Amino acid sequence: MGSPGDQQARDAAEDIARRSYGKLVAYLSARTRDVAGAEDALADAFAAALTDWRQNGIPDNPEAWLMAVARRRAIDAARRQRTGVAAEDRIRLMIEELEATAAEPMDIPDQRLALMFACAHPAIEPSIRAPLILQTILGFDAATIASAFLVAPATMGQRLSRAKGKIQQAGVPFRVPDRHDLRERLDAVLAAIYAAFAEGWSDPAGSEARRRNLAEEGIWLGRLVVSLMPDEPEALGLLALMLHAEARRGARRNAEGDYVPLAEQDPAAWDDGLIDEAETLLHSASRMDDVGRYQLEAAVQSAHGARRLTGAADWAAIEMLYDALLAMTGSPVVAINRAVAIAEMRGPAAGLAALDALADDARLAEYQPYWAARAGLLARTGETEAAGAAYERAIGLESDPAVRRFLQKEKKARE
Amino acid sequence: MQYMLLIYGNEAGMASAPKEAVTQMNAAYMAYTQAMMTAGVLKAGDRLRPSSDATTVRVNDGKNQVLDGPYADTKEQLGGYYMIEVPDLDAALSWAARCPGANFGTIEVRPIWPMSM
Repeated sequence: MGSPGDQQARDAAEDIARRSYGKLVAYLSARTRDVAGAEDALADAFAAALTDWRQNGIPDNPEAWLMAVARRRAIDAARRQRTGVAAEDRIRLMIEELEATAAEPMDIPDQRLALMFACAHPAIEPSIRAPLILQTILGFDAATIASAFLVAPATMGQRLSRAKGKIQQAGVPFRVPDRHDLRERLDAVLAAIYAAFAEGWSDPAGSEARRRNLAEEGIWLGRLVVSLMPDEPEALGLLALMLHAEARRGARRNAEGDYVPLAEQDPAAWDDGLIDEAETLLHSASRMDDVGRYQLEAAVQSAHGARRLTGAADWAAIEMLYDALLAMTGSPVVAINRAVAIAEMRGPAAGLAALDALADDARLAEYQPYWAARAGLLARTGETEAAGAAYERAIGLESDPAVRRFLQKEKKARE
Repeated sequence: MQYMLLIYGNEAGMASAPKEAVTQMNAAYMAYTQAMMTAGVLKAGDRLRPSSDATTVRVNDGKNQVLDGPYADTKEQLGGYYMIEVPDLDAALSWAARCPGANFGTIEVRPIWPMSM
């Protein structure tokens, strides 16, 4: 094993898998809506490529080669599995397409966007949309996705195949929605991408390679959407938001592996290149004059990043942006961040008053950032005992050991 | 693809609705049905008599069991259906959203499972 030819064929196949997997899945399934079938056919085609390319060299147009093999496999599978008039029509359609592909080796049209809109369709359960996009566009297997989303692999596999079944059987369309549906539908696509990114970003220590990679894949998907929809300000906003967060990934831990909160991070440890790119995107988005959630969140990150240039975060802008976000989303998480910004602008007592207004929201009882924010503000107003109790709640709710250690240290320092 | 739009609504509420509202609803259904015909998507459609007129049948161990009443007692009852032929789920959903019953009850959209013969 391991001759140079082997390795070359494997590298080429892997490279193409990475670059064009989603493109091939999208193209193969766009008309039949059979995503699972397209994936199976492609898996066979990639396996065939490893053998064939080793002997005959890599073809001029590897994508077209894979497509032709995958199509033939799909037709074989359709012949084996299906009978009846409808099946014959479908097989005829597939053969016609195969012949058309063979007749003129063309660039495969990019229908990944249409596939993403199918995966994030309102008929698909929200929590499976991000996994579905990771699988169909990037070729992640169910076990890897399950591990990243902390779900049992068998469960994830079942939920993915149920969703693909729904796409096919219910006739979920593969296309970019009409203008009047676009905003809402695009939000669902962006939310799925952000969910993938957030799963990866929430593993700051990078202890699990699979989770860490998800952040990069989320950015890759964000770039893809921006390249396909360059005039959608929210797509630009999401990418800017992810790049800002990614730029600070390394700064979230010190050399000892301890958690460093944003306010105490050394701006020199941030990735300037990513921040500059984010700023450019945000600037372009703002010129389109159609503000949305992701642009606002990216703008918050940008205002935090101002510390890089001026030495201080722009808290006045942050408070205003959170006001706008709260009005738009009503999210209690936004409300907590807004309270922290108010404390920076008008003192801890004002911040606490804003937090008190949220106390009725039962969802916050188990939300660590609420208790941590509360603890910090109580400590600053001198309510040491109440602060200690709030730190205790926050510590008990935290799952990341580095953050837990940080909170324990804070608690001790304020006693 | 063919889809069945199943119209669920509260029968009791409909039965006690003022005459004016009923007339208006009927007119809205007429216009809706006409719009589907004009668009060439309508395959079939009917209103159903209330579930109090339903009779259920099942055969247990070769014995017919016939019962008065609907299959399930639910808050909303099946009151009618449309069968439509449209390109995809989005088109079916947009017709479902236009159904006058969608404002008062629920429209369930189900793809037809074609029989292979």
